[in-house]
This record gives sequence, C-alpha cells and structure tokens, in this order.
Amino acid sequence: MSLSAKQKATVKDFFGKMSTRSDDIGAEALSRLVAVYPQTKSYFSHWKDASPGSAPVRKHGITIMGGVYDAVGKIDDLKAGLLSLSELHAFMLRVDPVNFKLLAHCMLVCMSMVFPEEFTPQVHVAVDKFLAQLALALCEKYR
Amino acid sequence: MVEWTDSERAIINSIFSTLDYEEIGRKSLCRCLIVYPWTQRYFGAFGNLYNAETIMANPLIAAHGTKILHGLDRALKNMDDIKNTYAELSLLHSDKLHVDPDNFRLLADCLTVVIAAKMGTGFTVETQVAWQKFLSVVVSALGRQYH
Repeated sequence: MSLSAKQKATVKDFFGKMSTRSDDIGAEALSRLVAVYPQTKSYFSHWKDASPGSAPVRKHGITIMGGVYDAVGKIDDLKAGLLSLSELHAFMLRVDPVNFKLLAHCMLVCMSMVFPEEFTPQVHVAVDKFLAQLALALCEKYR
Repeated sequence: MVEWTDSERAIINSIFSTLDYEEIGRKSLCRCLIVYPWTQRYFGAFGNLYNAETIMANPLIAAHGTKILHGLDRALKNMDDIKNTYAELSLLHSDKLHVDPDNFRLLADCLTVVIAAKMGTGFTVETQVAWQKFLSVVVSALGRQYH
C-alpha cells in the first residue's frame, strides 16, 4: 500500500497547513493514546507522571510529531531515511508495532478536530497510508 | 458485564442526543469506503463506488450510513447488556452478510474521526475515552457470534 505521487503531495500539503498547530496536535495525540489505550503507559514507567496532559507526555508527543515531520521530508525513501530511528526502536525501545497504529489513530483524531474542513476523506487516506508506511519503516530492523 | 460510570453514560448519551444521523452516518460510511477501499467488497449492489467523489454522492451509501448509525441506538438503549442486544445482529453479519469483523473496527475508527471533526474541542480526552470504550464494546458484541 505505497503512496502515489498525488498522495505524497497531499501529505506534504496537509502537513504544511498543519505546521502552526503541530506541537499541539503531537502533545494532544500522545495524551489521548495513554488515556484511550492505557496499556501504552507501560512504555513510560520511567516517568514520574505518564497521565494524559502531563508535562512529560506532552513534551514527548511534540518530540514524536517532530519525527513525523522529519519523515515527511523523507517520504520518497522512508526505509533509508529512518534507518537510525528504526534501530532505536528495534534494539532499545522495542515498542510493539501494534502501538504505532493506535498512536496513528489518535493523531488522525486530533488532525480531524483541529482541521475539520481540510481533513477530507482523501487527505485522511493519504495521511493514514503515510503513517502506516512510517510505522513499517520504524519496524524495519525489528527482526 | 461492562461497568459504566455515570460520567461515561452521560457522555455517550450526550453525543447521541445531538447527533445528526444522516450527516454523520453518511460521512462515516463514505470515509470508511474511501480510507479502507477493501471494505467496498460488501457493497457490490450499491451502484457507483468508482472514486471518492462518486462514493460521497451515492444516495444508497448515504442511506445505509444512516441505517448503520441507527443500529447503534440499540446499544445506547441497552448499555448494560450490549452483548446480548447484538447477538442476532452478530449472527446476521456472520452468516448472511459474511462481513470480516475487523471491518467493524475500521468503521468505528472512521466514525470517531467524523465525530471529532464535528465536535472539535468538545471532543475532549474524557469524551474520546468514553466513546472508544462504547465502540469497543459494540465491536466486540458484533463479532461475538461468529463461528
């Protein structure tokens, strides 16, 4: 399910539009992940406070969204572009891949909330595919 | 049996009380067919699903979206026994419609995105938690009678 040229353009365009709100959306998405899917907090047991809306969660959500934006720039070769991030996730973080889907869903919900007009079904499918490809690239070194 | 707090019941009821079934039903089903095109396999008799534009203009799809959303009314009215409320519908989806139960989750996710767009900041974290719980119970109940 690789992205067509048109879908890549759609992704770049939408993320461009989103850039002024990207920190908010990133922070909000991770907050919603730990709230809606509490089992994901298991990866953050080293934080004093992993509750939704807490400072470490918001900060980390912003970090993750930064990584997603970086990936937009590497959309033509995610596997190569995300090699070191993949090694990090494979050998150090070892996040179960199912969680990438859960976070992607929370990101889509936040995008939809903040950009109800722009987040059309066509934009939704392109962004969903992109996030899925991103997750695949992150899992590349897992086994 | 699923336990619901008063707050969760209030949130779910509130969402449904202001819901435009036609608008949200149509948008959710259309979005599902566009974002997860393999779901179109169940709609061979629904006419033109050629691309996103034709899907969104298709009146049969719009009507079916409304029907599906009204199907959720049953869960709303029987929140303390969604499992048994949907036993018959589950069998229908399994034996007659032959729908892969993973599709329930896909549609539920699209419904969430559409409702989030509608409610904006009103779709708070607390709201999403309750809503997701409700949909998870519905999805589980619909898949329960598959054999």
